[in-house]
Amino acid sequence: MTVAIEVRGLRKSYGDVEAVRGIDLTVESGEVFALLGPNGAGKTTTVEILEGFRRRSSGDVSVLGDDPATAGAEFRARIGIVLQSTGVDPYLTVRETVDLYGGYYPNARPVDEVVDLVGLSEKRDTRVLKLSGGQQQRLDVAIALAGDPELLFLDEPTTGFDPGARRNAWEIVRNLSSLRKTVFLTTHYMDEAQNLANRVAVISNGEIVAEGPPSTLGGRHLAATVVRFRIPAAVADVPDWGQVPASDGTFELRTDDPTRMLHDMTHWAMERDVSLEALDVSRPTLEDVYLELTHELGATAGSE
Amino acid sequence: MSGPGQVVRQVLFTNKAFWRNPASAFFTFAFPLMFLVIFTTLFGEDEIPVVGGVTVSVSTFYVAAISAFSVISACYTNIAISVSFQRDAGILKRIRGTPLPSWAFLLGRVVHSTIIAVILVAICALFGAAFYDAELPTRTLPAFLVTLLVGAASFSALGLAITAVIPNADASPAIVNASILPILFLSDIFIPFDNPPAWVDFVGKVFPVRHFSDAMQAAYFSPTGSGFSGVDLLVMAVWGLLGLVLAARYFSWEPRK
Repeated sequence: MTVAIEVRGLRKSYGDVEAVRGIDLTVESGEVFALLGPNGAGKTTTVEILEGFRRRSSGDVSVLGDDPATAGAEFRARIGIVLQSTGVDPYLTVRETVDLYGGYYPNARPVDEVVDLVGLSEKRDTRVLKLSGGQQQRLDVAIALAGDPELLFLDEPTTGFDPGARRNAWEIVRNLSSLRKTVFLTTHYMDEAQNLANRVAVISNGEIVAEGPPSTLGGRHLAATVVRFRIPAAVADVPDWGQVPASDGTFELRTDDPTRMLHDMTHWAMERDVSLEALDVSRPTLEDVYLELTHELGATAGSE
Repeated sequence: MSGPGQVVRQVLFTNKAFWRNPASAFFTFAFPLMFLVIFTTLFGEDEIPVVGGVTVSVSTFYVAAISAFSVISACYTNIAISVSFQRDAGILKRIRGTPLPSWAFLLGRVVHSTIIAVILVAICALFGAAFYDAELPTRTLPAFLVTLLVGAASFSALGLAITAVIPNADASPAIVNASILPILFLSDIFIPFDNPPAWVDFVGKVFPVRHFSDAMQAAYFSPTGSGFSGVDLLVMAVWGLLGLVLAARYFSWEPRK
């Protein structure tokens, strides 16, 4: 595995506001990496520094072995960028637009192949001004792919999409990773990070607060299982489960051994012919972890 | 692809998009001709001295003046407004993220506007020859072309420079017109001054518009010489260089917030 992106101690200030406060990131070649965080956390600032649009205040950044702050056309020929809300000429067709942008790169992919890849085959000869919002977003991805880049940046690729359009966009990103492209995406949707990324870094208030595969993010795999149920008030002789129930008889128990605990409880309940009402066994979702990670710090800084 | 090849490609795509907006294309061409017809109808009967002791009718004078106006309109006004819109739409930022050299994108834009300007001037000249006794400047053709190109280059550079003070696309028509219309009125384009008041004369001397108009008059009507108006061309070129320096320093590729 080679490293596509390496960031050490990255900082960026706008006047007195420090939007990015010393972050470290490593993205391997061929992986889909998500930078997850609420609005204003510093996602766009970070990704635009990696793309070469903004200068960092301090820290080391290496993207495909180059420093994006000083790299030139050869560096830009190896990356593809999907910015938030950027336009193209409304009077050109889909094909012409992909052709125009592909022509800027030394190794452009065939135009029709790119158009097919993002699912715009039927709109290839339609002018951009007649495309729907979702179709324009796909065209954005097509433009970023036109030069056959090794590394693709997607800045909040599905913000403002309806659920169907989001599924389509996800499908496109999965196609990209099957082409063995490295993908660096930012998002504030937890399910997007969970569905697409091999690895996720959570950014809050300009700092990375957790990093790892979605399944283990924030120690989620180590967290205790929560078992919830309610015992009707009429039932006497409730065993001591180490907890005083809530006023309606609800217990909320944490355990590292849910199999044994459930067995004990259901055994007790069956013997007495008591129902464990509203029985629920759950583990923290990525959303729980995310909210916990980003909540305490709040998110006010940044310039997104 | 090489840099010059990329410029040609930009021109071709810009041109394709230009003609697909028929309303915009139509008015780009109709506007100067409309002024030509209106002003000649209003003021065309008088006579006015131009260069080298030549006196022409005002309607003939307007053929040269509106030729200069066409170039200013196609280059300065058009570039400033359309580039502001492209900047606000994020097209400039997107281009900045590709390997295309920035200069190739901007030069493509300027070359396209220059082509439009040349077509406009050709229409003015043919229209003038047909209806307003303005002979086609065949003998002075080199001077005519050089004047046209220096004007196109200078006003394109100024058009790029002015985008630096345009906060957003919606404001661009107002700012661009406010910056150019008063000068057009004071610089022998819409109103030929025989004996201008001192301050009007000063405005004409300082800014490049009257120099452009004068250079066009010389290129059209010079009775014997080559039609080159050295000082006027020099002043225009200095303004153009100033525009280029300011644009290089202050031009923004990202929307202003």
